[in-house]
Amino acid sequence: MHIPDGYLSTRVWVITDLVAAPGIALLARRAQAKFNHHLIPLMGVMGAFVFAAQMINFPAGNGTSSHLVGAALLSCLLGPAAASIVMTAILATQALVFQDGGLLALGANIFNMAIAGVFAGYLPYAMFRGSRVGLFLAGFFSLMTAAVLALSELLISGVAMPPAMLSVSFAWFLVSAAIEGALTLAVAVALERIQPGCLRKPVAGGRAWAVSGLAAVLLSSAGWLFASDRPDGLESLALKAGISNRVTSLIASPFGDYQASFVANPRLAKSVAGLAGILVIYGLCMAISRAIGATRREGA
Amino acid sequence: MSRIVEVRELRYVWEDGTEALRGVDFDLEAGETVALLGPNGSGKTTFALHLNGLLKPTQGTIKIDGLPVIERNLSQIRRKVGLVFQDSDNQLFMPTVLEDVAFAPMTSGLSPEASAEKAMDALRLVAMDHKANKAPWHLSAGEKKRVAIAGILASDPLLLVLDEPTTYLDPPGQRSLATLLSELPQAKILITHDMPFARMLTKEAVFFQDGQIAGRGPVDQLAAHFNW
Amino acid sequence: MRHARLELWSRGTSFAHRRHPAAKILVTLVFLIAISSLHPSQARAAIFYFVVLTALASAAKLPVPRVLLAAAVVLPFACVFALMSFFAGAPEKGIAIMVRSWLSALTTVLLMATTAQPDLLAGLEALRVPRFLVQVMQFLYRYLLVLIEEAGAMRAAAASRAGKASTLEFRRASAAAGVLFARSWGRANAIHQAMTARGFTGHIPRFRVLRITAADVWFVFGLVGPVLAVRLVLP
Repeated sequence: MHIPDGYLSTRVWVITDLVAAPGIALLARRAQAKFNHHLIPLMGVMGAFVFAAQMINFPAGNGTSSHLVGAALLSCLLGPAAASIVMTAILATQALVFQDGGLLALGANIFNMAIAGVFAGYLPYAMFRGSRVGLFLAGFFSLMTAAVLALSELLISGVAMPPAMLSVSFAWFLVSAAIEGALTLAVAVALERIQPGCLRKPVAGGRAWAVSGLAAVLLSSAGWLFASDRPDGLESLALKAGISNRVTSLIASPFGDYQASFVANPRLAKSVAGLAGILVIYGLCMAISRAIGATRREGA
Repeated sequence: MSRIVEVRELRYVWEDGTEALRGVDFDLEAGETVALLGPNGSGKTTFALHLNGLLKPTQGTIKIDGLPVIERNLSQIRRKVGLVFQDSDNQLFMPTVLEDVAFAPMTSGLSPEASAEKAMDALRLVAMDHKANKAPWHLSAGEKKRVAIAGILASDPLLLVLDEPTTYLDPPGQRSLATLLSELPQAKILITHDMPFARMLTKEAVFFQDGQIAGRGPVDQLAAHFNW
Repeated sequence: MRHARLELWSRGTSFAHRRHPAAKILVTLVFLIAISSLHPSQARAAIFYFVVLTALASAAKLPVPRVLLAAAVVLPFACVFALMSFFAGAPEKGIAIMVRSWLSALTTVLLMATTAQPDLLAGLEALRVPRFLVQVMQFLYRYLLVLIEEAGAMRAAAASRAGKASTLEFRRASAAAGVLFARSWGRANAIHQAMTARGFTGHIPRFRVLRITAADVWFVFGLVGPVLAVRLVLP
């Protein structure tokens, strides 16, 4: 899941770095504003905890074992903004100290695991108000989103993969995601028993926000893969999502030039445009969910 | 002699309603050393945390060197009272020994250069100056304890409060710690179950029981009286 | 332990160790960018980077074979991709991935082997990485070993009571993770208490004063120039 350096094409690592850097800066400010100052040691120790918890082997059937990834668990414990920062600190430490994941690819890994993975974990948790189903789904979606994003980035970068490998990867992702869900649930239940009240209660009334947010994350990660697999994925996705032609042309226009000047490979060019389009769709979904959330609050 | 610690009628009730301290009166003069004895959960550590303002009394007053322990005075109080916690790893939170010892001078507003100088002085006092640039995990338990003490000494305290300082230390480490502490001029409060160690450092002890001071006097006499 | 070895190397005093950490991070990034875009046909550029990196390692008085080996940690994963490329009918892509990822890892290992961790964090901060994130990384690194030791002890304890049934074992492992968490949480609070006792009020002062010297500037331009030139000139 940690993409090393040397795999991603220049466009992919540049774009993901450009998305991840301001994202993390924003989240850092948010996390900092929300808590008091005991947060810095707490977040550092929680990062070390996730590292250490990865040493505990869980039997995963057939004599194999698995370990916790932790993004979903962190988001349930600390809330999404702080969890993103802790995951970022973990990923940076893994890349620097253990050569687990690359430095140029750090933006991609942060985007996949620390941003998308954390939020994809937090949203079902908030949606199901911290119930057991929510905890399982948190782990499941967190890992699934991160894995699908990583695979898509590799494919967009032109990493060669036999078609059969794709379906194998997917099956493997499903199994890993189910295991992560089970681990997140099991560890969270054990935590609640030892230290009641340590899981953050999700904010009530955020259900509309959570539903549309989750939809946006899933849509964007599925769409990302779609765009990478089929160069014209964006257009059909946009049509299915019912976005008018005007919006599509708006998305396409700045990348029309980009396509002509920088990218020789048309397939790649469309993928880049696809990425940008998906980001726009994601933004729209978030804006709509914000609006729904706001009217809900006024109504209540 | 001036009075370093003056505690009157100190009561502390935890959030869940447990009474941890039930009316404690305590005095300590400059340069004195006293051992706090008593069973686990009798309130020794809770008492110690009050001296530095880490806990706010439910009732009662505390004065350090004549200065009431209240919000307004906390930064001064924290320089006068140094707490040395049981687990040195929790205390040595900075990446290197020197940075850790320089932490208190730095937070009190000294420049990095002046803080480093103060930190080196403190490290020399505990004979750890040769490890200044090491990371904490390169140190043995005894060395960590010495560095933790240096981190306290760097802010020129009047009082050292040591919570179970001999935990994790081997016998030679315990002896050398006792020698070091006996050479420091500050007043000392020693929370410990380690009677030989307590005897090496002081003749006087206080016995805590159920959140109260059940007795004060010579170590041996108290030990005999409470069957300790 | 991997990070112990890097840490040991990073305490050297060679010219590379003495450079400003931000300068070393910049040079690292330039190397990585040049390497990441290497095409399968650019073997000569790849060899040039390998020679420069090896020369740097030896100039920094590092044990060169062990440094090369440390970077090889990325190769097993790359082999999987090389095999996949082979089966997908593009073996040259697979070889390119192996070369690029190994050279990239070598660059990162060199950065870490010549930069002490606190200096590295100071360098990141100088390059405008949010201070909040840098401090979280500082505490993470500080307590990594402490917690790994605790986890190791707990794993041994769990193994000594291991049951046969997989579900039972699963429950024990999650209970161990729960205990580890509770201890970590308690430790975080104790650390905060110790910090507060020493006057912490929410602000960790900057202790390290790093100054950019002429040697740092020469270091950056002396390496960035050839690295980019080779990338642009060689076919």
